[in-house]
Amino acid sequence: MSRPIRGTAALWLLAAASAWGQSSTVDEIARYRAALQDGNPAELWEARGEELWKQKRGPKQVSLERCDLGIGPGVVKGAYARLPAYFADSDRVMDLETRLVWCVVTLQGYSEAEAKARPFGNGSDRRSDIEALVAFVTSESRGVAMNVGLTHPKEIEMYRIGEKIFYYRGGPHDFGCVTCHADEGKRIRLQDLPKLTTREGAQKAYTTWPAYRVSQGELRSFQWRLNDCFRQQRFPELVFGSDASVALTLYLARNANGGIFDAPAIKR
Amino acid sequence: MRNATLAAALLAFAVGACVTTPSDQELAGKAAVMLKSSFKANGQATLDRLDQDETQRICSEFAGKALPGDVAQKLEKLNLATIKYPADGKLTGDWRNGEKIAQEGRGKQFSDDPSGPVGGNCYACHQLAPQELAYGTIGPSLYQFGKLRGYGMETQRYVYGKIYNPEAYAACSNMPRFGHNGILSEQQIKDLTALLMDPQSPVNR
Repeated sequence: MSRPIRGTAALWLLAAASAWGQSSTVDEIARYRAALQDGNPAELWEARGEELWKQKRGPKQVSLERCDLGIGPGVVKGAYARLPAYFADSDRVMDLETRLVWCVVTLQGYSEAEAKARPFGNGSDRRSDIEALVAFVTSESRGVAMNVGLTHPKEIEMYRIGEKIFYYRGGPHDFGCVTCHADEGKRIRLQDLPKLTTREGAQKAYTTWPAYRVSQGELRSFQWRLNDCFRQQRFPELVFGSDASVALTLYLARNANGGIFDAPAIKR
Repeated sequence: MRNATLAAALLAFAVGACVTTPSDQELAGKAAVMLKSSFKANGQATLDRLDQDETQRICSEFAGKALPGDVAQKLEKLNLATIKYPADGKLTGDWRNGEKIAQEGRGKQFSDDPSGPVGGNCYACHQLAPQELAYGTIGPSLYQFGKLRGYGMETQRYVYGKIYNPEAYAACSNMPRFGHNGILSEQQIKDLTALLMDPQSPVNR
């Protein structure tokens, strides 16, 4: 199996099932509680991310401290609450992850392939630098109200395409995001599902990602969240930083406007 | 004169609107193209899974809103015609296997072994046997399905057909077309039908 699948069935949208029964649910809850007692392990990712941000790295031996996340070079505070956004230098709408890759390539001189080599950690010895950077940058928006603007024509178009993708049903199961996330108060097995088409539902969900997943021992970015949703939708694999991933992120982030950002969070 | 200015302003606005606001149809086209370039094949999950059939396309187009009556009727008719009932005329199998299939969530994901089990994952969305407490609520409770409706042949046919292709009875249903899309075999659908329709099944006891 190429992905860590150790959670309870209830944790997963359309999840791989009940081979895990009640006893493993109890195990997971115990691990969850233990993790909470020590605070949120996401802090370890935040600290590593801050180090990576400030370290002189790559062929050009510079830090990321001049990286422009949308509100000026080096400004991290509150930056995530305004993403995704259009960037003139790349002429693209970018989410945090694609912007980080952009900075790692343009400032530090890594190749794009190198920058994207490990978007997600494997749950043990192979951690992802991008997930650490995501933890650091997002932690600097904690307590900030989501404020994603739709001003540039490319932002408006990406938002509307993101909405189309949300409702796009396909694959052997006819699933789309809409299948699980367009109704109030529904659940998969025992896992509650957020309704992402309303402001309140989108706020609640979007402001709590990224998150430390106790069941995986990893800090998970929003790119990971989308990748794993599509896996369970029985779609092919979502490409890291692809246009569709950014469009969908923009749709959800914008719907969450006004919500107070409160992540990295901790989830089972 | 003032009217002419107003007309010119309105025209400019209309042209501007045309340029900056792509139609719904155009956006759907752009989304489809974007999806193709944003996914990669992984194991059994190949890129052709992004291609929509007519049912998927129409259901996506209406974006979770109620379909006009004639569109819904057309879709239901189209899907009803796809249902293949077992040649031997027997619609029910073994409810014990049905329970296993209802519990099994693996199958068709790129992370699943292509030669491994493929289940219906019914409990993800439905309550069935009362012993299983970890059931989802996207679909209605099916507890006591047969007991409440009777075990007759017509109801059996409905259950088999509904699992085979739910779009035949409720256009744009959230439920997968297990038979039509080749997720479950004829025998698996028979076993699931038994889970709902056998008087001995825990669903009905």
